[in-house]
Amino acid sequence: MRTTHDTDARGGDVRLTGLGKTYGAFTAVHPLDLTVPEGSFFALLGASGCGKTTTLRMIAGLEEPTSGTVHLGDQDVTALPPYKRPVNTVFQSYALFPHLDVFENVAFGLRRRGVKNVRKQVGEMLELVQLGEQARRKPHRLSGGQQQRVAVARALINHPRVLLLDEPLGALDLKLRRQMQLELKRIQTEVGITFVHVTHDQEEAMTMADTVAVMNGGRVEQLGPPTELYENPRTTFVANFLGTSNFIEADVDTRSGDDLVLKAGGGRLVLPSARNSGPTAAGGKVLLGVRPEKIALVHADDAGRVPEGRNRITGRISDSSYLGVSTQFVVDSPVCTAFEVYVQNVDRDPRLVPGAEVVLHWNPAHTFGLDAAQSLLAGTVDPAGVETAGKEAI
Amino acid sequence: MATVTQQPPPPRAPSPSPPPAPVPRVKPARRRGRRTPYLLLLPGLLWLVVFFVLPVAYQASTSVQTGSLEEGYEVTWHFATYGDALSAYWPQFVRSVLYAASATVLCLVLGYPLAYLIAFRAGRWRNLIMILVIAPFFAGFLIRTLAWKTILADGGYVVGALDALHVLDVTSWLGWTAGDRVLATPLAVVCGLTYTFLPFMILPLYTSLERIDPRLHEAANDLYAGPATTFRRVTLPLSMPGVVSGTLLTFIPATGDYINADLLGSTDTRMIGNVIQTQFLRVLDYPTAAALSFLLMAAILCAVTVHIRTSGTEDLV
Amino acid sequence: MAFLDRLKRRLVVVAGLLTLGYLLLPVAVVAVFSFNRPRGRFNYEWQEFSADAWKDPCGVSGLCGSLSLSLRIALWATLGATVLGTMTAFALARYRFRARGAVNSLVFLPMAMPEVVMAASLLTLFLNMGVRLGFWTILIAHVMFCLSFVVVAVKARVMSMDPRLEQAAQDLYAGPLQTFLRVTLPIAAPGIAAGALLAFALSFDDFVITNFTSGSTVTFPMFVWGSAQRGTPVQINVVGTAMFVVAVLLVLISMAVGNRRGRQRT
Repeated sequence: MRTTHDTDARGGDVRLTGLGKTYGAFTAVHPLDLTVPEGSFFALLGASGCGKTTTLRMIAGLEEPTSGTVHLGDQDVTALPPYKRPVNTVFQSYALFPHLDVFENVAFGLRRRGVKNVRKQVGEMLELVQLGEQARRKPHRLSGGQQQRVAVARALINHPRVLLLDEPLGALDLKLRRQMQLELKRIQTEVGITFVHVTHDQEEAMTMADTVAVMNGGRVEQLGPPTELYENPRTTFVANFLGTSNFIEADVDTRSGDDLVLKAGGGRLVLPSARNSGPTAAGGKVLLGVRPEKIALVHADDAGRVPEGRNRITGRISDSSYLGVSTQFVVDSPVCTAFEVYVQNVDRDPRLVPGAEVVLHWNPAHTFGLDAAQSLLAGTVDPAGVETAGKEAI
Repeated sequence: MATVTQQPPPPRAPSPSPPPAPVPRVKPARRRGRRTPYLLLLPGLLWLVVFFVLPVAYQASTSVQTGSLEEGYEVTWHFATYGDALSAYWPQFVRSVLYAASATVLCLVLGYPLAYLIAFRAGRWRNLIMILVIAPFFAGFLIRTLAWKTILADGGYVVGALDALHVLDVTSWLGWTAGDRVLATPLAVVCGLTYTFLPFMILPLYTSLERIDPRLHEAANDLYAGPATTFRRVTLPLSMPGVVSGTLLTFIPATGDYINADLLGSTDTRMIGNVIQTQFLRVLDYPTAAALSFLLMAAILCAVTVHIRTSGTEDLV
Repeated sequence: MAFLDRLKRRLVVVAGLLTLGYLLLPVAVVAVFSFNRPRGRFNYEWQEFSADAWKDPCGVSGLCGSLSLSLRIALWATLGATVLGTMTAFALARYRFRARGAVNSLVFLPMAMPEVVMAASLLTLFLNMGVRLGFWTILIAHVMFCLSFVVVAVKARVMSMDPRLEQAAQDLYAGPLQTFLRVTLPIAAPGIAAGALLAFALSFDDFVITNFTSGSTVTFPMFVWGSAQRGTPVQINVVGTAMFVVAVLLVLISMAVGNRRGRQRT
């Protein structure tokens, strides 16, 4: 468990040990070890069918694991039914009780646990989510954003040790989603409860969570803070699923200090050893990756002005699109076709048009190395495409 | 669904999940019992088995018994009862199917516009019209059927109007009516059957029409389909499930009905239901009555199968 | 073209309204003839206006007795069929088990079988078991044929229910019983109510099956049937009209109440 945080088992920790789920011959979740530290905002990120919702439902007790255990703090809750677990869920599309008004929806959990006087607590909770006015309305009369807040209030009022959120923003439009992301983050900071959040939206996961686990095919591919995942992905899936990456197939040549020197085409490229998860022995095949915005682009005539110590490759612009803030170039080079480069529109060079010969260069510290034995295309789904296809088979 | 192409993870992918450690299998401590559905089913199923399946099975055995009321019956596998019953009562069989089929067609012709009206044109009157379609049920089936005796009475307004328009001449020539009488003729019986089962046609039709997105009509219009074409190419095909279940719900009970034939017809309009009823309750010839019941079932089954095959909605039932 | 269009639109409306008229005409006749003073035994020809029958609805011997018997049978049959049917519907809608298809067909069959066949079969069984025909045999038969209709109504409702609602209840500390009572049952209630209403109407109005299973017991439809042979008292029109009016009024009132409640909440 090298990537999880070091924490002693406190009250709100969620500890999954060998937790797995199979349906007949299909493995939804491979045995998984994971610790979510108390008070953190943890995101399970992945495409439809990657096992993230199944994992969440096993924590909630709505799905029976095939193997492994779930601990909350020191308590083994694996055998507890959902209604005996100190965990609450914000369901996908909310699952608000249509026959109860907002007040009664929020009071539901309290009443079931035999709390007699719920008025004050429910009132406060509705204030927290800014729904005091709507207390006596039925859920179907509320807007999507309001329903979402009721769902959060209904779960939070029980002071669960962990709040589970299953695609909580999936049904909202883009603008509202941004707003609710900030809102949820605010609420989490305010109440300090551990949030475990399932989403297919990489931007949502990166904005809200302090730790993200990227899941693929029933396994966690990589786990860490958003910046680490983005800056130093360990698999092509992570590299492609979070943002865009350019890959160059290269061979390990020599080691020089903390760096590896690689051969690609005729040129040499430098990769810090620490950022390499591929082979290190000479002759090993490495996929060398770099993010489009880390790359600078100059016209071939100015090649002499590129500072020393930078990785550089040459190519020809095949396409460019102007996006206001930046310009996206697609560059064909001998080592990689369709290199993507984002250049901030500070001083625009009029010579950089399709057909122009250019030099691409970047700081080697931004390079990451991956094992070449994996598919280049893993995780390359247009993020917009994933966003619109939010429904996950339960 | 996103078209995610999920590759199997690379062999050496760094993953926080180490190879499956020896993990104890979770014992199924809870989970609702497997027996719950059976416990829920038991009473209702028992009721249906004892008071539906058993009687029908018993009926089947009765149909091949011989004997008499005084000396008791015995199973003698006397299948000849079926042949005898058929040869004795085939006109009633033919008549039943004919009347029921006519009533079904009439129900469809009359019911479709009303269902369409409620589904697409009624606006705020929709609920009221629905209530008016359903509410006559509560006035009592027999009482309403008796009212037809008044409506179709000899020398009444309806008969008078039909006579003046020379409609009765045509129908009499066809054998549907007799002279200047409507009551006690096939027309009266079919009219009564149509009336009785019309709501059973309207409701399924309405249900399937109501599901049609009105935007489909607009889309069809946008794609150069006039109202008639729109109806033929869009509305009608989409309402087929309603048409099929409506015709079944009308045809099946209409074939076995004997009230309309009894109240509005004469001895010349007796349907198979009348025969079964008489055999059972008056003549007390149980084997013949049982055989007739099964023949009726067989006839209906044939008609329904053909109907479903031809309308091509086999997944309906 | 525009004119033709409009005519076609009107055509549907006109045809639909004509059908509605066809449906309502007998009810109107029943209502009008409840104010008739017939000569002779049958109430088929209009003679003169009279409200006598309305003043004395029980004036015909046996009528009110049969009416109350019908109401009692309908209530018990509704109760029985609703309880059994709801349980069956939940089992069918919520669980996967072997023979589910067979059970579905078994539930469907009574609705697809002509009443006269069902009734005759039941009578054969009763006669053979030596059961005395009367209240109980009628009730048994009514529960049997209403059951399927309740199952269909409730099943449709339960099937369309989001399973996440029950999971949400469990997540919010409601045990299985609480989940059922607080969430499942209230949400399924409209389906159960519809099934019960249908069962009541079917049972109250049933003639064919009652005719076979009643022996000498006379329910209201049996009474009407008998009077059709012997002579129809005006009072049966009074009962028919009253039932119709009460039904329409009840529905209208419940709709008005529902509307007002809806508006208040806005």
